[in-house]
Amino acid sequence: MTNEATLLDKYASEVFAGLVSPALNGVQISAAPASDLTKEDALVRMTAELKRALEKPASERRWVMVIDLRKCVGCTACTIACVAENKLPPGVVYRPVLMEEIGTYPNVSMKFLPRPCMQCDEPPCVPVCPVSATFKRPDGIVAINYDECIGCRYCITACPYSARTFDAGRFYTSDTPQLESYETLPNFEYSESWDRSKGDSPIGNARKCQFCAHRLDAGMLPACVTTCIGRATYFGDANDPDSLVSELSASPNMMRLKEEMGTEPKVYYLV
Amino acid sequence: MKKFERLLWLIAIVGFVVGAFGLYDRVANGHINVSYGSYVPWGLWVAAYIYLVGVSAGAFLISALVYAFGVQKLEKIGKLALFTAIITLGISLFSIWLDLGHPERAWRLAAHTNFSSMMGWMIWLYTAYFILLVAELWFALHADFVAWSARKDFAGALARFLTFGKRDASAEAQKRDKSVLRVLGSLGIPLAIAFHGSVGALFGVIGARPYWNTGLTPIMFLVGALLSGGALITFITFVFGPNQGSAEHKETVIFLGQIVLALLALDTLLEWAEYSIGLYNSIPAHAASMELILFGPYWWAFWVVHLAIGVVLPGLMLVFRGKTPAWVATAGLLIAATFISVRLNIVIPGLAVPELEGLSNAFTGPGLTFNYFPTLTEWLLQIWVVSVGLFAFLIGYRVLPVVSAQGKTNIPANTHKEL
Repeated sequence: MTNEATLLDKYASEVFAGLVSPALNGVQISAAPASDLTKEDALVRMTAELKRALEKPASERRWVMVIDLRKCVGCTACTIACVAENKLPPGVVYRPVLMEEIGTYPNVSMKFLPRPCMQCDEPPCVPVCPVSATFKRPDGIVAINYDECIGCRYCITACPYSARTFDAGRFYTSDTPQLESYETLPNFEYSESWDRSKGDSPIGNARKCQFCAHRLDAGMLPACVTTCIGRATYFGDANDPDSLVSELSASPNMMRLKEEMGTEPKVYYLV
Repeated sequence: MKKFERLLWLIAIVGFVVGAFGLYDRVANGHINVSYGSYVPWGLWVAAYIYLVGVSAGAFLISALVYAFGVQKLEKIGKLALFTAIITLGISLFSIWLDLGHPERAWRLAAHTNFSSMMGWMIWLYTAYFILLVAELWFALHADFVAWSARKDFAGALARFLTFGKRDASAEAQKRDKSVLRVLGSLGIPLAIAFHGSVGALFGVIGARPYWNTGLTPIMFLVGALLSGGALITFITFVFGPNQGSAEHKETVIFLGQIVLALLALDTLLEWAEYSIGLYNSIPAHAASMELILFGPYWWAFWVVHLAIGVVLPGLMLVFRGKTPAWVATAGLLIAATFISVRLNIVIPGLAVPELEGLSNAFTGPGLTFNYFPTLTEWLLQIWVVSVGLFAFLIGYRVLPVVSAQGKTNIPANTHKEL
C-alpha cells in the first residue's frame, strides 16, 4: 500500500494525488488551497473583460475574435447558435464552418474553419454600397442599416470571404400548416426588433454577422462564443492589453484569411 | 416588311401574356422563386440589364455618328437609333429595378448617393443620359412633329401636343434644331462612354472577383455595347428604316453591316486578349471563372450560342454576303440576340467560383449554392420586360415620326445634307 501511494505521489498530478491518496492511505489530509484547484473558464474571463470594455466609449473599443483551429472539432454548434440567435431564414448564414478533408489514406484528417464576418478594417463591402447603408462602426463592427439597404447585393459580390448573404424572404416552415413561432418572432439584430413575418426588412436586404452587437450591448458574449463546446472561439477588446484576445492574437501561430488582399480582418485564427 | 412587323406584334403579345406570370410571381412572392441568392447574388436580370443598357449606349453612339459627326449615309436612321436607345434604356432600368430587394427604396439611390460606389455614379450618369436622350429625340423629331400636326388622326394629335406649341418648322428653325442636336450629340458621346464605362467599372473594381477585376472590363463593356447596339440598329433599319427597297436604304444597311463587322472583329480581338491572358494566368485560381465558361456545365452558352451563332455565323454572313441587305440584317439580329450570352458569361462565372474552399458544402440551403441557372420566373419576367419594350417600339413606330419616310413629312430633301 505504502509503495503504491509513494508511486502515485511521485507520478500522478497534484490534483489526482490529492483526490486518490486519502482513499488509498486512509489519511485525512487538508484540502488543497482553492487557487490550485479552480481554473477560471475563458468565458468568465471574457465576460468580465466585455463589461470592462463597455465602460469605455465605443470608439475606444476594438472588437476582435480569435478562433483556435486546433481546438475546433467541427461540431457546428456555433453555426446553429448563430442561426437561432439571429433567427436566420433559409439561404442566410453568418458563420458556416468550412470543412476540408486533407491528406491521403491512411493519413487523413479533417480541417475545420469557422467563418464569421471578418469585420475588416478595410472592408471592400462598404465603399461599393450605392446608398451608404453599410458602414464601419466606431467599435470596428461592419454594420448594415436594414432600413436603408435597397437590396442591390453589390456588397455581396465585393466581399472576398462570402460573409454576406441575401435574405430572399423564405421561411423554413412555409410548406407546413403554419409558420412556426421560432421563425416569426422578431430578432434583435443591432438592438432593434426586426419582424420578418410581415415581409419587412431584413427581407430583401443583405445580411451578415455583426459579432452579435445586440448581445454585446447587453453585456453578453456573441452566441457562437458561448456555445463553442471546445472553447475554441474567443472574443474581446483588442484595445485592452490585458484581454485574452490581446494575448492570443499576439501568438506567432496567428493567421488571417486572405491577408494578401489588405482587408485587415479582425478575426484571427490560431493554427 | 409589313409581314415582319406583324410577326413582331405577335411575338410582343405572346411574350406579354406568357411573361406576365413572371411579373406576377416576382410581385407576389418576391425573390423566393429565383435561382440567384447568397453565393451567386446576381443572375439573369442583372445580365439582361447590362445587355439592354449596352444596346442603348450602342444605339445612341450610332445616332451620334449622324448628329455629332454628320455621317450622311446614316442620316435617315438617326431618329430610329435614338428612339431605340430610349426604349432599351427604359426596359433595362425596369429589369434592374425589379431585381432590387427593395424596389420601393430605389429613390435612395438619388437622394443618398454614395459617390465612392460605381453604382452611385452610374445612377447619375443614367439620369443625365436619359434627359439628354429625351431632349435629343425631341429636337430630332421637332420638324416632323410640326409636319405631322396637319394629320387628322391620333398621331397628328400627339404630334401637335408634342410640339409643345413650337410650331415653327421654317428652314431657320430647323437649322436651329440641328445646331442644338450637334451640341447634344457631341455631349452625348462622352456621356454614353462614361455611363456604360461606369457599368463596366462597377464590375471591374471588385477585387474579390479576379475574373472581373481587370482594366479591360470597362473597355469590353463599351465595345460590346457598340457591337450589340449597332447590330440591333442594322436589323431595325432593314425592317423599319425609311424608303425600303430604295438604293439608299440598301446602302444604309450595307454600311451599317460594315461597321458591325469591324466592331465584331474588335470585340473578338478583345475577347481573345481576355481569355488567352486569363487562362495562361500563373495563378490557376484566377483562371477558374474562364474554365467554368469554356468547360463548365453551361459550356454551350459560350461555344454554341455566343461563338458559333453570335460570332462565326454572322461574321461569315457579313464577310461573304455583306452586299445583300437581308443577310446583313440577319447577321445583325443574330449578333444582337445572342449577345445576352456574353453578358450572362460576365455576371455568372465571376460569382460562381467559391471564394473559400469548402464553402459550397459548409451550410446548404436555397441560394447557398454556386450553380446558377435562371428559373422559369426569371425567364418569364425577362420575356415580359422585353415584350413591353417591343410594344413600345411598335407603337412608337406607328404614332411617332421616328421614321421620316418620303411623302410623310414636308422636310425639304436637302435639309439633312447640311449636316
